[in-house]
Amino acid sequence: MKVVVIGNGMVGYKFCEKLVAKFEPGTYSLTVFGEEPRPAYDRVHLSEFFSGKSAVDLLMAPANWYADNNITLHTGDPVKEINREQKTILSHKGLIVDYDYLVLATGSAAFVPPIPGVDKKGVFLYRTIEDLEMMTAHASKAKRGAVIGGGLLGLEAAKAMIDLGVTDTHVIEFAPRLMPRQIDDSGSKILQSKLETLGLTIFTNKNTSCITGDESITGMQFSDGTSIDVDMLVISAGIKPRDELAKAAGLETGPRGGIVVNEKMQTTDETIFAIGECALFNSMIYGLVAPGYEMAEVVVATLSAAEKAFSGFDMSTKLKLIGVDVASFGDPFVPATDCRTVVFEDTMKGVYKRINISTDGKYLLGGVLIGDAAAYNMLLQTTKNKVALPENPEDILLGSRGGDAPQGAGVAGLPADAVICSCEGITKGAICTAVEAGNETLDSVKKCTKAATCCGGCAPMVKDIITYTLKSQGKYIRNVVCEHFNYSRQELYDLIRIKKIKSYDDVLDELGHGDGCEVCKPVVASILASLWNEMILVKGNDTAQDSNDRYLANIQKGGTYSVVPRIPGGEITPEKLIVIGEVAKKYNLYTKITGGQRIDLFGAHVSDLPAIWEELIAAGFESGHAYGKALRTVKSCVGSTWCRFGLHDSVSFAIQIEERYRGLRAPHKIKSAVSGCIRECAEAQSKDFGIIATERGWNLYVGGNGGSKPQHAILLAADLDNETCIKYIDRFLMFYIKTADPLTRTATWLNKLEGGMDYLRNVVINDSLGINAELEAEMQSLVDNYKCEWKEVVDNPELRKRFNHFVNAPEEKDPSIQFEMMRDQKKAAGWG
Amino acid sequence: MSSTTTLTEVHWFFACKTDDVPLNGGVCVKYKEEQIALFHFSRREEWYATQNMCPHKHQMALSRGMIGTQNGEPKVACPFHKKTFSLEDGRCLSDDAECSLKTYPVKIEEDRVYIGFYGGFDKLSLTSV
Ligand SMILES: Cc1cc2nc3c(=O)[nH]c(=O)nc-3n(C[C@H](O)[C@H](O)[C@H](O)COP(=O)(O)OP(=O)(O)OC[C@H]3O[C@@H](n4cnc5c(N)ncnc54)[C@H](O)[C@@H]3O)c2cc1C
Ligand code: SF4
Ligand code: FES
Repeated sequence: MKVVVIGNGMVGYKFCEKLVAKFEPGTYSLTVFGEEPRPAYDRVHLSEFFSGKSAVDLLMAPANWYADNNITLHTGDPVKEINREQKTILSHKGLIVDYDYLVLATGSAAFVPPIPGVDKKGVFLYRTIEDLEMMTAHASKAKRGAVIGGGLLGLEAAKAMIDLGVTDTHVIEFAPRLMPRQIDDSGSKILQSKLETLGLTIFTNKNTSCITGDESITGMQFSDGTSIDVDMLVISAGIKPRDELAKAAGLETGPRGGIVVNEKMQTTDETIFAIGECALFNSMIYGLVAPGYEMAEVVVATLSAAEKAFSGFDMSTKLKLIGVDVASFGDPFVPATDCRTVVFEDTMKGVYKRINISTDGKYLLGGVLIGDAAAYNMLLQTTKNKVALPENPEDILLGSRGGDAPQGAGVAGLPADAVICSCEGITKGAICTAVEAGNETLDSVKKCTKAATCCGGCAPMVKDIITYTLKSQGKYIRNVVCEHFNYSRQELYDLIRIKKIKSYDDVLDELGHGDGCEVCKPVVASILASLWNEMILVKGNDTAQDSNDRYLANIQKGGTYSVVPRIPGGEITPEKLIVIGEVAKKYNLYTKITGGQRIDLFGAHVSDLPAIWEELIAAGFESGHAYGKALRTVKSCVGSTWCRFGLHDSVSFAIQIEERYRGLRAPHKIKSAVSGCIRECAEAQSKDFGIIATERGWNLYVGGNGGSKPQHAILLAADLDNETCIKYIDRFLMFYIKTADPLTRTATWLNKLEGGMDYLRNVVINDSLGINAELEAEMQSLVDNYKCEWKEVVDNPELRKRFNHFVNAPEEKDPSIQFEMMRDQKKAAGWG
Repeated sequence: MSSTTTLTEVHWFFACKTDDVPLNGGVCVKYKEEQIALFHFSRREEWYATQNMCPHKHQMALSRGMIGTQNGEPKVACPFHKKTFSLEDGRCLSDDAECSLKTYPVKIEEDRVYIGFYGGFDKLSLTSV
């Protein structure tokens, strides 16, 4: 059997994958012609090209996959002609290949409306990697942009413009509303106001009459006489199926394009199939990948003489990336006479939800979700699987009021054969089985089942199913803080910030219940410190601190404390070294150099701490926060000032960074280091954030860890100048502080972060969440608010009083403390 | 009625002023050669006193522990390994039930805090009487 595929796009590729899986090697030959210069890539995630994914990252399969599977792939060689008599095709480069079966997977092209001036420089389409490369090159010079088309792709393109730095961008829609094909009027209005807050300007009912400018675009004129100045334009006005080849070969095509196929995807020539976006089934083009994959499946089945027919496909969609949830599912537009409609609208929050229910109230027919699409998958599945609705159908929209619905409860009602990942056709049952076999995280379920690997839209639901399955095995993990707070740390953080609460007691009164405990107290105290950076021992917060924070020192075996003055970057003058020595001698302290390039003084009585610090502060020291979940040290190598290999002055940069983030409270301790060259003497890659000098600047690594589970940090960005490096660190740290669970180091946090490093990079570098300005401002205010807390204690008699061991005998020390001698210094006596 | 007689034999020891004790926190009181942890659970308007030594590793540390509740029962957590003990009856709420704390009654008069010791100046526990 000789099979030739024309078009190596997403669907053409999927066809190959399915064919290879179905047929024994040697029973067929497979030749693929692709017009684009590279093998098939993931067009659905095209926009991620702007967030750092390379063309190679986006490939559906590496170039050698084709050869490894005995597929002959000709890239950059479009097919010019089909000879149906001879059953051959002729390629642009002159190759003639004969076939038994021919598969057309030519996809579609962007539809370009016949507007005068569309050929000017600065006007782009949004379909291929080349389009995006050209956009990137142009965007650096552009200031004001526009997108023609307010549909799914147009809005994605508009977001891409903002990501490219063209923040002043207009969306021009011909219809009276955005996304006219997916959502209704009220939904569109909410969507529009949401997008406007992102900085987009939106024109509806606008018809572009001409594009102005000499060689390059300078503006646009509209049929209503108005005009705007723009220097970059993306046209996303719809798609046009690539049916030219089929038409020339005499196959039937639709009046508005598309190759006519039957339910077996056969064209009017039964040896020629058409699949994907070029195929017209029942007068309809399916412009999504999932139906395209289903068509590929149908053809492979037909070739293997199995019975399988295409019967249309659900066109539910969820918009990615735009920063506003938008989804429509099932039939969003059922006429009011044929259904009951429930609408929920909150214009303040920008939330609009509509569901259409069958007139008998039993089934869900479809709906629209704007502003909050968390329920999308659940509603979609309820629609597709005809799951019977609860007695009060509005509950599925509004949530059952009163009583907390357990997390992931919704998926319990789905049948095992409900298709969860429609791109890959993975059922709920398959996911449950994978979880039961030990794949308990989204990542491992993805690897094991392929679910959520394509468009990713089903990922939240897959997670719910994982939770649900774990729970039914008795493995459910609660991540609320403790019995006193029904919130996760991140939720608490946001609530405390929004409500501007400053003390533990007020937090407990407003957000919790009961009287607190040793779990929630330090969590809340740390959040308060991260948010407001106020002295941690005031406002009654002292007794909410972990013991170490409460006494601003680390409690050690025997009940004494250790003292660690800050020595930024590990650099210290001989004079200061002498002071440390003198203080240690006077208060009889054991001294040791720490791993973080500073000096630890052990064995201090709690009542001596203020006096010890008074002397250290007088000599110019400040708190090293060794006792806090806070920035510890920024270790440095000696760098270019002395080292013959050094590229930059790692010590100066380490000091600058340590002084910037000193005192910063976080969910866990934070360590850092700066190395002056790739030899990495400061071991920066084992730190929460580490910096290594390069010829052109600094490489910034994040998420490393020493300790019991060592892990190397991962490169976040390369060749940064000092300022950008600090900016990225600001954002990274703030994002971590805001979102991590209590006592979670950056490494664990990053491991658990969905989307991992790519996601983090997207947030921190490309501002995919639009929060970077906020993160930087928050960090700056923490930096500005920094005060040495030991200095505040030393200067405040009331606070000093708290360091007495006996409340009724302040001058006496704890008589139970005992030391032993070892190598000329003292050590704590063994545990009693 | 031996137990009532015992209670009447409580000796009230003046520990400190009320505002010497941090709100919702503790201090250590020296009573002869003993160390007593005294807590002001101000959220609940309650005072508690226990031995200061944590029975786990014999550390003089409980007065520096965080207080809180578990299902409504007041407790203190040792700063060393976070074992928790009921402030009401001193029993260990964490794991090993055998190590429990001695507890003492507390009374407030005006702004003065007193800790009660049984049987005159001796350390008698209720059960031994
Ligand atoms: C920015 C963007 C975002 C999208 N987001 C989503 C989404 O979120 N969800 C979703 O389901 N869908 C999405 N889509 C649509 C999805 O990408 C398409 O449905 C899918 O790519 C269709 O696959 P295809 O193989 O039919 O066509 P294509 O992927 O277009 O592939 C067709 C290939 O055939 C080649 N070709 C054409 N003619 C010839 C010839 N004569 N000889 C050789 N080769 C030829 C073309 O160059 C092309 O490489 C998105 C599309 C874009 C552009
Ligand atoms: S990391 Fe490079 S610059 Fe720093 S001490 Fe080592 S060799 Fe020298
Ligand atoms: S010493 Fe108190 S818990 Fe270990």
